[in-house]
Amino acid sequence: MSVISVTDLCKVYRMGEVDVPALCGVSFEIEPGEFVAIIGHSGSGKSTLMNMLGCLDTPTSGTYRLDGVETQNLNDDDLARVRSVKLGFVFQQYNLLPRQTALRNVEMPMIYRGVPAGVRKARAATALQMVGMTERMEHRPNELSGGQQQRVAIARALVGSPAIVLADEPTGALDTKTGEEIMDILTSLNHRQGLTVIIVTHEPEVAAYANRILTLRDGQLISDKRTSRPAAVAQQTPEMIL
Amino acid sequence: MTASISTLEPLVPATQPAASGEMLAPLDADTGAGFSLGEVVRVSFDSLIANKTRSILTMLGVIIGVASVVALLSLGNGAQASITGQVQSIGTNLIFVIPGSANNRGPGGMATAQNLTMDDFQAISNLGLPLNGIAPQFSGNADIVAPAADKNATIIGTTPTNFVLQDLRPTSGALFDDGQSRAAAPVAVLGATLAKDLFGNGTAVGQTVRVKDQALRVVGVLAAKGGGGMGGSVDDQLFAPISFVQERLFGARTPDGNSYRVASITLSARNGDDIKPIQDRITVLLRDRHNLKVDGTSDDFTIMNQASFLSTLNSITSILTAFLAAIAGISLLVGGIGIMNIMLVSVTERTKEIGLRKAVGARGRDILLQFIVEALVVSVTGGIIGLLFGMLIAGLVTLSGALTATVSLSSVVLAVGFSLVVGLFFGIYPARRAARLNPIDALRYE
Repeated sequence: MSVISVTDLCKVYRMGEVDVPALCGVSFEIEPGEFVAIIGHSGSGKSTLMNMLGCLDTPTSGTYRLDGVETQNLNDDDLARVRSVKLGFVFQQYNLLPRQTALRNVEMPMIYRGVPAGVRKARAATALQMVGMTERMEHRPNELSGGQQQRVAIARALVGSPAIVLADEPTGALDTKTGEEIMDILTSLNHRQGLTVIIVTHEPEVAAYANRILTLRDGQLISDKRTSRPAAVAQQTPEMIL
Repeated sequence: MTASISTLEPLVPATQPAASGEMLAPLDADTGAGFSLGEVVRVSFDSLIANKTRSILTMLGVIIGVASVVALLSLGNGAQASITGQVQSIGTNLIFVIPGSANNRGPGGMATAQNLTMDDFQAISNLGLPLNGIAPQFSGNADIVAPAADKNATIIGTTPTNFVLQDLRPTSGALFDDGQSRAAAPVAVLGATLAKDLFGNGTAVGQTVRVKDQALRVVGVLAAKGGGGMGGSVDDQLFAPISFVQERLFGARTPDGNSYRVASITLSARNGDDIKPIQDRITVLLRDRHNLKVDGTSDDFTIMNQASFLSTLNSITSILTAFLAAIAGISLLVGGIGIMNIMLVSVTERTKEIGLRKAVGARGRDILLQFIVEALVVSVTGGIIGLLFGMLIAGLVTLSGALTATVSLSSVVLAVGFSLVVGLFFGIYPARRAARLNPIDALRYE
């Protein structure tokens, strides 16, 4: 079954008296274990799509099913729960809490799920180990390089066993070499653990890590291509009951 | 693969079971517990400690407010206790009968009327009430002339029983006795301060003082009693037999010429429960003696007891204390506005943090709770520190000996409760602002 199923998704923003369509009639499905890149120029609607896929915003029309949950009609609290349980975010600017250790940063999403402190700490440590940050668990963001901070951010995205990890320009703030390291980590997580990864980027080099590339232009999906890279073995995520 | 990726070697292929330890087991959808209060408090403390200076300055408003409320309330309590103590030092279960109605003002009003007489006193004495004693007083001001000094002072004409009722004892000499009292002997007992003013450190007993051209022999000096009491301290007064004072000093004959006026009659009930019946019997007697009609006419005298006297004084000090505490409460209010101000700044500053927390699953109410708890932590911590400061001030005042300022449980509850309310009230608005932030906008905020 598809982990993501988008049908005829539209988003219209109202600017004063004028309706501005940011996204129109977008439909696609993503299978578990896929590594998908969404590319497009600025203004193509990729950020809007990203917000929709990340349950940060709701569509004007169309449907979006994420891991069995119809999200288009959910209220803010239910969307927060979907984000908490089904999604992991990686941002361009890492967005770590500056005064907290890497470990506390990775624990943070689980606080809102009511995970007991002991379990949180163990899972956060494991997640940091998965991105090679075991040695620096007790460091604060200002003691870490950009690449290290982004690894912590990836650990934070992984820690709740999400159905998908959404990465918004994850290498945008990094130099080329560090950016490659980050993409290698995401690729490795996708390949070895079957993690479903969706990245939004405008860089073709970054998109090249994916096994499928969706291209947006003027709010419409203009191409959906599979690359030569094989998709990972699909791994079932548990059904969530809302 | 690059060098750094080799640190990821513990990663295991997806085909291997998750039990290898380096993979994350699926996490239950939701344990149902939500954002626990312990976590909220911890997150709040984290952010307050991160901004130490700001947090302390914000607290300062609450600290000053609570400290002044607590200190003023305890000083008020101390003043009240001190006044109560002084009134009770006059004696216990005392009843006072004074001329004039409490409802009248001006001539004929309470204490200025002249219609209470020695005959009234005798009649009350003859009722056979359950008393420890009864004593009339007549007083006036006059210059007291001693060989080396003179002084204007209050002269109290009374009987020896009065010394018993007021618990007055001599340090030197003796008090005048019933014989001297009945004989209107020209003898005087001086208050401690008055004796010192007139005779310095010399011996007063045996000396003669002149009042209105009458010579009085000083037979005794009272032990210093301190305090102020009503009508001045006994330390500043001269006591003489009442008939002498009425007849020879102030000519206090009643208009009909048959008796002498008295300024007050003091009675001491044998026990507290008797006070009310005694007052009732005196009222009936005096109304009869003064020919007041059974209904319609109000009393032309006033009967007070120590308890009503105390409650009047206490209500005055309570009002003063409450008034001062209310002024101090305004500074607490200003402290609360300070909290709101800083919380609003904090919400703006942490827009990105709020966006992130929402993106990873915090609901609006989780954010609301976090910011309210932060405001409460500031205000309640400030309240507790302020309470300690207030106690310190009360302690210092007590040590200085001016008053025994006691911090009552109610003022502790009031101070901490009020700071809690202030934190909640002024914390809700900024917290709601934070909770309503749109995560998309918040994440983009620079």
